Amino acid sequence: MALRKEIMERVYSKDWYLSLFRELEGSLNGEAGSDFHNMRKAAIDVFDNLDFPTVKHEDWKFTNIAPLLNYNFAPVGADKVSLDRSNLLNYLIKGLDTINVVLINGHLSRELSDISNIPAGVSIENFGDTIHNNSQLISKHFSKYAKLENGFVALNTAFAHNGSVINISDNCILEKPIQIINLNGTSDNTFVLSQPRNLIITGKNTDVKIIESYYSLNESDISFTNVVSEIVVGENSNFELYRIQKENHGSFQVSRTQSEQKRNSKLTIYTITTGGALVRNDTNTVLNGEGCECHLYGLYLTNGTQLVDNHTFMDHAQPHCLSNELYKGILDEHSRAVFNGKVYVRKDAQKTNAYQSNKNILLSKDVTIDTKPQLEIFADDVRCTHGTTVGQLDADSVFYLRSRGLSKESARRVLIEAFANDIFEEIKVEPLLEKFNSLIFEKLK
Amino acid sequence: MLKVKDLYVSVEDKEILKGINLEVNTGEVHAIMGPNGSGKSTLANVIAGKDGYIITSGEIIYEGKNLLEMAPEDRAREGVFLAFQYPVEIAGVSNSTFLRTALNEIRKYKGLKEMDAREFLTYMREKMKTVEMDETLINRPVNHGFSGGEKKKNEIFQMAILQPKLAVLDETDSGLDIDALKTVAQGVNMFRSKDNAVVVVTHYQRLLNYIVPDFVHVLVDGKIVKSGTKDLALKLEDKGYEWVREEEEINEGTR
Repeated sequence: MALRKEIMERVYSKDWYLSLFRELEGSLNGEAGSDFHNMRKAAIDVFDNLDFPTVKHEDWKFTNIAPLLNYNFAPVGADKVSLDRSNLLNYLIKGLDTINVVLINGHLSRELSDISNIPAGVSIENFGDTIHNNSQLISKHFSKYAKLENGFVALNTAFAHNGSVINISDNCILEKPIQIINLNGTSDNTFVLSQPRNLIITGKNTDVKIIESYYSLNESDISFTNVVSEIVVGENSNFELYRIQKENHGSFQVSRTQSEQKRNSKLTIYTITTGGALVRNDTNTVLNGEGCECHLYGLYLTNGTQLVDNHTFMDHAQPHCLSNELYKGILDEHSRAVFNGKVYVRKDAQKTNAYQSNKNILLSKDVTIDTKPQLEIFADDVRCTHGTTVGQLDADSVFYLRSRGLSKESARRVLIEAFANDIFEEIKVEPLLEKFNSLIFEKLK
Repeated sequence: MLKVKDLYVSVEDKEILKGINLEVNTGEVHAIMGPNGSGKSTLANVIAGKDGYIITSGEIIYEGKNLLEMAPEDRAREGVFLAFQYPVEIAGVSNSTFLRTALNEIRKYKGLKEMDAREFLTYMREKMKTVEMDETLINRPVNHGFSGGEKKKNEIFQMAILQPKLAVLDETDSGLDIDALKTVAQGVNMFRSKDNAVVVVTHYQRLLNYIVPDFVHVLVDGKIVKSGTKDLALKLEDKGYEWVREEEEINEGTR
């Protein structure tokens, strides 16, 4: 039913999503008066008020989302796509046994997900079910971290229904990683709107690895993923998130990953982006306890007319914390990338160590990179560094490799892989490392 | 094997080589000596195929083929090797992976079977002995964090692995202490055979005590002004380059 709109004024886009909200309300069967739905209604009001951001907003200065507003994206029913487990093979990580959570166009698929028969101390549930089954958990955490500060978060919150809730009990050391596989697409040229909402809560002394991957089911579909994940990393816990964004070249993704770290916790997030027409990631963390560590690693490989925008916000709210960010980009053809990293050190956050670096290699004259590392420091006893580099492949290195018999193409590839390599240095899970390397390899082919 | 014929080369409108003639046959070691800025490294780089040099006239024939028309990688695959004066550091690629890739590219070109990781390891271990290459340097990124001496050793090690037909060593002795110099020379001497040739480009005679050349050429201001046997190198050491320059002027005068 979603048809491609003619080029229209943006105000109609907002109306389109407001009308989708009314459709949602119509389908709620009695839930419309619930406390939870009141939160949705509040969120849609915020969306109505804020609208989608434009380049006039400081945070969206370099990323014009206008192309996204040229389509009338709409949610599709869970029954629209049928897949069986054999279809999943393409999306699994070779050599790695994972607990899989499969979201198709945002809907959690019970058939394909491993939500029963999982290790003790772990619970995985469809977000919509948790609203009824565990309203206490929802009211404690939902929308408490990802604030409604822009239209996209507000929109996701207003439609919060699909997605996953992962709850990890105290002292749970999870051997198997959990993989949240997001698959978008239909086979009838619908413009798919997928708005997963994830809530991941870990208790004290836990150790968890989560892989969050995004793929298109076919090359021709155009989808829009507007995802919000709220993550709480419990005291003394280690949390690793590996994000793979490999949707097709017509798709859009706007994501907000908002983490809250408790005392002595360690959070590591990898974000590898090779696909998508327009990808905007907001990866925000509040270091909200003493002795926290947060590591963010990002790698984006762009070509064609892709645009990949990584915004990070590292909020040092407590003393004696460490944050470390390294984002690297390889841009080719007419593509664009944005990096905007803000490190915010609050007055009480003494003895903060914060490092931030963004490095880019430009392979063509027609690419654009806007990079902006930012530090805002209100404490006086801290150590913070930031830096950014933009350059080309070193001609002397290319010649050195060629003089040893490597073709020009393979010399370039070796150097690009080498450039990307230090992002992965700390990855201890060999199959994941191989997966990441193969993503680079495929993209450079 | 290699014939350089009346070669003129410029860099950014400045003429560096002004009519070089040089013939190198298999089984021979040639030394090219000369003061700084005489064009020694230019000659080495032009043979290897580095960008940025304009060949205004002349030619280089290697094994009957026009070398100047070949891409650098094809020269390498045909057996030309340059030991760099300033080896490039490549972070993120291990020395051994790099060398296996390079060796297999060359083997593929020659129609030979590629070596798998295990075969290569055995082969590499054997070659490591020839230049006393430290195991830790094998697994480190290419030249990354290597000392000057380790970098030069690594060049000779690469030569031992790739087994070229023509090895051009560009100032391989610079920055080496006497022990490292001996090791490097030993590596070159073990490589020497009746089937290959070595061109040693150097400023000082010192290296030639250990790698004894069959022929010595003196390059001054873009021209080979004198050729002779190893005695010429000793004479140069004794009298300095000024002596050749003066002789050259006398010759010019009597012509």
